[in-house]
Amino acid sequence: MGREREPEVKAMSAAESSPARTEAPVALRLLRRAFLSEHLVLGLCLVYFAALAPFTPGFASWSNLQTVLAYALPILVVSVGLTLVLIIGGIDLSVTSIIALASVVGGKIMSGDEGWLAGHALAVPVALVAMLAVGFGIGAINGLAVTACRIPAFIATLTTMMFISGLAIWFTLSRKIGGLPSGFVMLGQQLWLAAAIAGIATGIAYLALARTLYGKWLYAIGHNSRAALVSGVPVARVTFFTYVASGLFAGLAAILFTAALETGNPEMARDNLLDVVGAVVIGGTSLYGGKGRVSGTVFGVLFLALVDNSLNLLGLTFYTITMVKGGLILAAALTDALRNKLLAGR
Amino acid sequence: MIEFSHIEKSFFGVKVLKEVSFTAKPGQTVGIVGENGAGKSTLMNILGGNLRADAGLMRLKGQPYAPASSGDAERAGIAFIHQELNLFANLSIAENLFLRGFPRNRTWLPFINRRQMSERTRKLLREVDLAHSPDTLVERLSAGERQLVEIAKALALDARLIILDEPTTSLTARETERLFAIMARLRQRGISMLYISHSLGHVLQLCDEIVVLRDGAVAAYEPTPQFTMDRLVSLMVGRAITQLFPARESKATDQVVLEVHGVSQPGVVRDITFQLHRGEILGVSGLMGAGRSELARIVFGLDPCAVGDIRLNAESISRLPPGERIRRGLAFLTEDRRAEGLCLEASIADNVTLAALRDLTRPAVGWLDRPKARAEVNRIRDAVKLTAAARNEQAVKTLSGGNQQKVVLAKWLLNEPKVFILDEPTRGIDIGAKHEIYRLIHELAARGAGVLMISSEVEELIGMCDRIIVMRRGRIHDTIMPREFDRERILRSALHDGALA
Repeated sequence: MGREREPEVKAMSAAESSPARTEAPVALRLLRRAFLSEHLVLGLCLVYFAALAPFTPGFASWSNLQTVLAYALPILVVSVGLTLVLIIGGIDLSVTSIIALASVVGGKIMSGDEGWLAGHALAVPVALVAMLAVGFGIGAINGLAVTACRIPAFIATLTTMMFISGLAIWFTLSRKIGGLPSGFVMLGQQLWLAAAIAGIATGIAYLALARTLYGKWLYAIGHNSRAALVSGVPVARVTFFTYVASGLFAGLAAILFTAALETGNPEMARDNLLDVVGAVVIGGTSLYGGKGRVSGTVFGVLFLALVDNSLNLLGLTFYTITMVKGGLILAAALTDALRNKLLAGR
Repeated sequence: MIEFSHIEKSFFGVKVLKEVSFTAKPGQTVGIVGENGAGKSTLMNILGGNLRADAGLMRLKGQPYAPASSGDAERAGIAFIHQELNLFANLSIAENLFLRGFPRNRTWLPFINRRQMSERTRKLLREVDLAHSPDTLVERLSAGERQLVEIAKALALDARLIILDEPTTSLTARETERLFAIMARLRQRGISMLYISHSLGHVLQLCDEIVVLRDGAVAAYEPTPQFTMDRLVSLMVGRAITQLFPARESKATDQVVLEVHGVSQPGVVRDITFQLHRGEILGVSGLMGAGRSELARIVFGLDPCAVGDIRLNAESISRLPPGERIRRGLAFLTEDRRAEGLCLEASIADNVTLAALRDLTRPAVGWLDRPKARAEVNRIRDAVKLTAAARNEQAVKTLSGGNQQKVVLAKWLLNEPKVFILDEPTRGIDIGAKHEIYRLIHELAARGAGVLMISSEVEELIGMCDRIIVMRRGRIHDTIMPREFDRERILRSALHDGALA
């Protein structure tokens, strides 16, 4: 019966300017507009910050905000990569395991204590390239599994996650790798440097999505991959490269994580998968594909980082914080459903 | 059986139904025709309990009838059979028939009495002439067989009034005949039917009386013999469309633009050879499953072809992916526009530009030329006469079927195609939009493109094409020239057995 919906739509848009709508209380209308705004999450960040700052000792201090940022930057990089995958209607559960493996591979190469290239002038560049290469390689495996072997993304990346996490631990015999060169550690210690790296990566992803052929193709595949194929989009190739991109972003995140924590750690980012998926979903990216923006992910990451930090300052335990975050992600999903319903009704 | 009297309905101050009155007696079939937006769906939603009328009265078997929900309508013995079927493909026929209330062993235990369910299903399937086991999964049935299962479902509910909404769109000619035979039997049993369709020929053939709706009002309500096809059309659109098919102003040339040579794919098509000329409209007829859509998909590069060669302007394109074929001038309007033609959630602009993105971006970095894209969208939407009410940023799903199809056409016309393959281009859209689409196809041919037009409506092919090839079981069975254009001749060729009534 969808064929005859058009007059109703017209009728509804006519109703928008009718008196009934304008008579609603001003506050309610503002609230409705804020709720439907694209920058809802940014607003939430500000409101949350303003609301908790008076009650949370040290929350608003400059040094604490730097801590929030330092925590958020690596998460942001990996979340941006995952955003791309979600837009095509896929999922990449292996990102945190990529971070762990890249971290120990990098550590094993450049560590002054036990590194293969300990003290060598090229140790840091080689390690950086190797860490990105780990991301690239595992992303390529995921991409091949999904496109050439037609394995559902959930299973493909779940199995790579299990395998890669195990590999990272086996590779180091479950030990952390210390003694990283100061030139590398600087990337994490100098906040501006980490911010610049994350900012450039995010900016590239933003422009690619909003302004390029590649971005348009991603959205088309997410909306309807069969229609995209008929319209000449090289669906398999684009899908493959999207998983590679996700792997590369995870590799870059591994560099920031490892530098910030000054160790190669086989369990690095193990508990962050929830943060990453959650941040992307809170940022408004749909798990069904076709919908999502980098800016949303930036705000989603910022929001979860603020929540995490403030609850830590309030002395809540890790488990309680995890419960709160889970609740927030659920709320985000419900909000998204409600927003879609309201937007559809306009 | 059912009587509508003075039904009125408004949405936000816009009257969509005005004083609609008509009656269907027991055993009578009433046809309801009208353009999209004429109010047919609204009226059926009121009958089905999804909407409430603002004024007016319905009477069912003489009793006032005011359903508050679709459950009420069902309990009152009214069954709806929609264009998009509401069957669960992953369940068996029997499970589909009794989904609303399975027969139980003991009423207080949630266990299904499988034997009773099978027996009742078998009986119902006999009534609709379907020789399948009750345990057959619905996904293994053809579109026509599923339609019959829908009817069996209506019988399972002991429906006295059945509403059929475009039941024949996905059926072959033979399946349609079968459906009509069963409808005749239902009529003898005293079941009333409301038959909604854009296929006016079927309406004239089947119905006892016809209601023509236009802009929410009854434009005519008379016994079928009072109507002719032309009169129905002019009543529907409110003006006389002197000719459904516009006059052709250009002629086919003898320059070959597309050459398909010896194309075979095991189990799909065999040894297909034909040439398409510049400015020619070549029709492809045949039954569903004859390999028409499959051939189109092979020519376009969506499906592989094991043997043979496809040449566009004398250049072989057999090994190129669809994207490259599009760049060389191929375009393909698919049969199922929701599944393969459109990104329904995406905007009109994004849909229209999707196939031309490579030409709207700088080659090396893929940077989108947004002003150019915007200009192209505006140019092409005017060319296809997309409804002015729709904004470029509006999601395609909010458009009517006809306008959605225009968006698909716009997407391909943006590329100035040299060869345009159209698979069922006018399925399920109203007569005004149909006319518009025919005009665009003519324009395209006049500009020198070759058009390959696949259609199950033989009249459409006869009205539009320079030549018609008939496919049967994966082969080209026949090529028919204009002097032999004749409905029966073409159908006979498609069926080959000459048994067509």
